[in-house]
Amino acid sequence: MVHFTAEEKAAITGLWGKVNVEEAGGEALGRLLVVYPWTQRFFDSFGNLSSASAIMGNPKVKAHGKKVLTSFGEAIKNLDNLKGAFAKLSELHCDKLHVDPENFRLLGNVIVIILATHFSREFTPDVQAAWQKLVSGVATALAHKYH
Amino acid sequence: MRNKRPRSEAAARTCFWPIRLTSKLPDTMVHFTTEEKAAVASLWAKVNVEVVGSESLARLLIVYPWTQRLFDSFGNLYSESAIMGNPKVKAHGRKVLNSFGNATKHMDDLKGTFTDLSELHCDKLHVDPENFRLLGNMILIVLATHFSKEFTPQIQAAWQKLTNAVANALAHKYH
Repeated sequence: MVHFTAEEKAAITGLWGKVNVEEAGGEALGRLLVVYPWTQRFFDSFGNLSSASAIMGNPKVKAHGKKVLTSFGEAIKNLDNLKGAFAKLSELHCDKLHVDPENFRLLGNVIVIILATHFSREFTPDVQAAWQKLVSGVATALAHKYH
Repeated sequence: MRNKRPRSEAAARTCFWPIRLTSKLPDTMVHFTTEEKAAVASLWAKVNVEVVGSESLARLLIVYPWTQRLFDSFGNLYSESAIMGNPKVKAHGRKVLNSFGNATKHMDDLKGTFTDLSELHCDKLHVDPENFRLLGNMILIVLATHFSKEFTPQIQAAWQKLTNAVANALAHKYH
């Protein structure tokens, strides 16, 4: 089980309180699809993904990105039990969606980058370290039920 | 369930590496489009190599503390502020990023450009190539903090491709 110190939890929640989940979620998923184009194969039904601007403006990408980042928000309320918090989503991503868990790590990296662009200097190394640990913990939790 | 590569550094003591290409790129030369080259060059022109280089290396040492073992001779690395202010970290970070600058001028032959450095990192420095990918990610994050909205998805994509390709080029001569 990943253990977060009090300082790490504070760093995570401190930043999370200022995140616009709808905007950041849409941007995170959009950037995943732009920077790692093979991930587009999971979103065949999303319509126009033919260019970076099409992807970033796509309403289904924005909606799904918001859903994904909202789920991250739930993780932040359950930092002491990420595996439990993501058990159902883990089964879904394995049994129904067939997503390679490596993509969870890629999305985690994209989330870190978006936080860096939004918060600039406020995204200090300590804050980055805490968030890096969180996204890594979430990726592991999402992969936990794979078989 | 994927096998996860252990993060211990025991494997770093030898040069016999099973190279794990997490970028999933085939082992052929990476091709950058004109747009990608332009995206890389436009940002690079505004980069303060000393600042970005030192911050990237410092963040690597802070966020992935096991990397500190590669810099035993650097003195005080006991805290975030010690690392960020350490003059050897700053100097070496600048050196590393200068080498990246060289990469941006030779994007059509990264493997050739990094041949000597690849041999050095394997034969003398014994660095696990995974760390090249981690440092590449740190560079991206520092660029993101410095350039904010200007660090667009397209620019991020081009730079991610570059850092992956440099990591692969640095791992290329490992044996």
